[in-house]
Amino acid sequence: MKKTAKLHFPQPPARPDETPDFSAHDIGVAGAIGVPPLDIQAKDAREYANGLIRVMDDDGNAVGPWADLIKGRDASTLRQGLRDMLRMRAIDKRMLNAQRQGKTSFYLQCTGEEAIGCAFQRQLQTGDMNFPTYRQQTLLVAADYPLEPLFGQLYSNSYDPMQGKQLPIMHSSRKHGFFTISGNLGTQYIQAVGWAMANALTGDGNIAAGWIGDGATASNDFHSAMLCASVYQPPVILNIVNNQWAISTYTGVASGKSRTYAARARGYGIPALRVDGNDYLAVAAVSTWAIQRAREGFGPVAIEWFTYRAAAHSTSDDPSAYRPKNEAAAWPLGDPIERLKTHLISLGEWSQERHTQAEAEALDEVTAVQKTVESAGTLVNPGPTSPATMFDGVYAEMPPHLRRQRQEMGV
Amino acid sequence: MPTMTMIEALRDAMDVKLTQDPSVVVFGEDVGYFGGVFRCTAGLQEKHGQTRVFDTPINESAIAGMAIGMAAHGMRPCVEVQFADYVFPAYDQLTQEASRIRYRSNGQFTCPMVVRMPTGGGIFGGQTHSQSPEAVFTHVSGLKTVIPSTPYDAKGLLIAAIEDPDPVIFLEPKRLYNGPFDGNHKGKSVGWGSHPAGQVPEGHYVVPIGKADVRREGHDLTILAYGTMVYVAEAAVAQAGIDAEIIDLRSLVPLDLETIQASVEKTGRCVVVHEATRTSGFGAELISEVQEACFWHLQSPIQRVTGWDAPYPHATEWDYFPGPDRLARALIKAMED
Repeated sequence: MKKTAKLHFPQPPARPDETPDFSAHDIGVAGAIGVPPLDIQAKDAREYANGLIRVMDDDGNAVGPWADLIKGRDASTLRQGLRDMLRMRAIDKRMLNAQRQGKTSFYLQCTGEEAIGCAFQRQLQTGDMNFPTYRQQTLLVAADYPLEPLFGQLYSNSYDPMQGKQLPIMHSSRKHGFFTISGNLGTQYIQAVGWAMANALTGDGNIAAGWIGDGATASNDFHSAMLCASVYQPPVILNIVNNQWAISTYTGVASGKSRTYAARARGYGIPALRVDGNDYLAVAAVSTWAIQRAREGFGPVAIEWFTYRAAAHSTSDDPSAYRPKNEAAAWPLGDPIERLKTHLISLGEWSQERHTQAEAEALDEVTAVQKTVESAGTLVNPGPTSPATMFDGVYAEMPPHLRRQRQEMGV
Repeated sequence: MPTMTMIEALRDAMDVKLTQDPSVVVFGEDVGYFGGVFRCTAGLQEKHGQTRVFDTPINESAIAGMAIGMAAHGMRPCVEVQFADYVFPAYDQLTQEASRIRYRSNGQFTCPMVVRMPTGGGIFGGQTHSQSPEAVFTHVSGLKTVIPSTPYDAKGLLIAAIEDPDPVIFLEPKRLYNGPFDGNHKGKSVGWGSHPAGQVPEGHYVVPIGKADVRREGHDLTILAYGTMVYVAEAAVAQAGIDAEIIDLRSLVPLDLETIQASVEKTGRCVVVHEATRTSGFGAELISEVQEACFWHLQSPIQRVTGWDAPYPHATEWDYFPGPDRLARALIKAMED
């Protein structure tokens, strides 16, 4: 029989009325994959890029060589991680409500992905710089960014350090190692490489971390970043957050027939690892290793954080239109907060009572600050605005044509 | 005072800044070891080392993106795009990123970078080595766009651009690299050695961004020109025998409207000329500004001479190029109306 060419259109495992099915994913076994030497080459990184690095087993025990890497740490660092994630989830909860009440135009949650940014950030030093996407608010939270400017940015009021110039969630804080978010996808990835080149050229001892989602790996800047990181070998960590969904588009449309995103980095000559992103210990251990590798001059490294976007893409999105409602619950790698909680309890360093109390404390703290910030104005009850500020900061010095336009505006 | 071509003047500007400021780096396609396809960076890597002057992959988006990251960190990258026609892969990085880093972060991060690129035709480069894309940058808030027409201005403007706190698009009229060119393509080419603007001081000096230059004073009419068209204007004025004032804009954004307005109010007539395609070209912006500022002084409709709205052709380049004949006709028309 004669064969003919047919196009392939990748499909997710399940659509809205179907049963969630993640059986195609081989999630391996916790503790099975070792810790590579810091100077590992891309050619030797196959098992790290194709497998899945996990530390916590199903009972919450930390097992294997990656667990050993961070074994000596005080349990208080893990409790801090848990509190970071609880705080993040409380912010998401409060802001989702606030958006539903019309207090802000837009919000975007990171539910299910809290461990990635929270654990990564806690391994960085002051002076290191993240180039995040809009779903890495966790980096700010774990950098102890004050809640006032965080909420202020979301409400575009007088607490907003950006004076209302940016869409809600497009934070920026140089001091907290959080580069100004674009909103155009992928562009920050090659900028992170440039920043890391400046780290090396100036010898400041700091590193950069680029962040991109699985969907935006399709963008040309992903290629630019991988290539230039490979060419110049700057101290950069190229993070890929694979949360399975790019708005409504299944991750297979970005990956094609590639097995993993981490494997793609190896093609550029960059060693890469693939990690359970819902495992706080795995994220902390692999981040520690990668940051040390970059800082000590062994060059770039790519990390695919394997996770699931449990919430909608944004407040403008309704995922029930394209995936099963209970898909998040079926994710084989669970929820990052529940898993770290189980681990701490098994260590005897935590309890359900303390957890319930910590949850309430996080929500109380977040709610109190939110109320204070809301008093300066929300979308339904706006505070005073200063339209003239829209002309500030277009250039360092305002050129004559902008001065004329400001006059024309009559402010 | 030494005589320099525009290429030498640009190289000297980069040399001065590389020597003076350790945060300056120069990179782009073929700019390192080889020194650039137009030789603008020749010898700079040998002198300053490959951490300061280096080659990049053929990826303009990456060149711009790396420069943005470095500039935000605090360095001052001065990068080359080999031809202005090749800048479009970098358009997203330049217009959505570099231009807005300061604004969107409310000054937490800034982007002091320069993107140099050879622009314009007249070298038989065909559609992908001849374009003049200035208008696609002047349309973007947050970018500055400059274009010198002499070696003296090229050096002074490039030093000013490297020292500028904001991103600067630096267009280099490639037909002027080795000498002034007035559009008489059948004539003998002349070098910069015999031209007064080929005299370029050594060391550091600045030509401020945002200041036009009155290249010829006159009373009958004002010609607004930049780049190669400045010399075409000189030839057309001689040909038409009109006492025109020629303004070399040098900087398109910010625009020196004050100088333009003073001239048009004096002459009462205006002709705008550029090599780029006509529709939505920078000439349209100039005409709009002039009529808003000088309407009651105008004695005739403003004329516009530009490249045609077609891709830059190879074989019929000189029918496309807005030469002195076409411009002279427009000058006469502006005087007759």
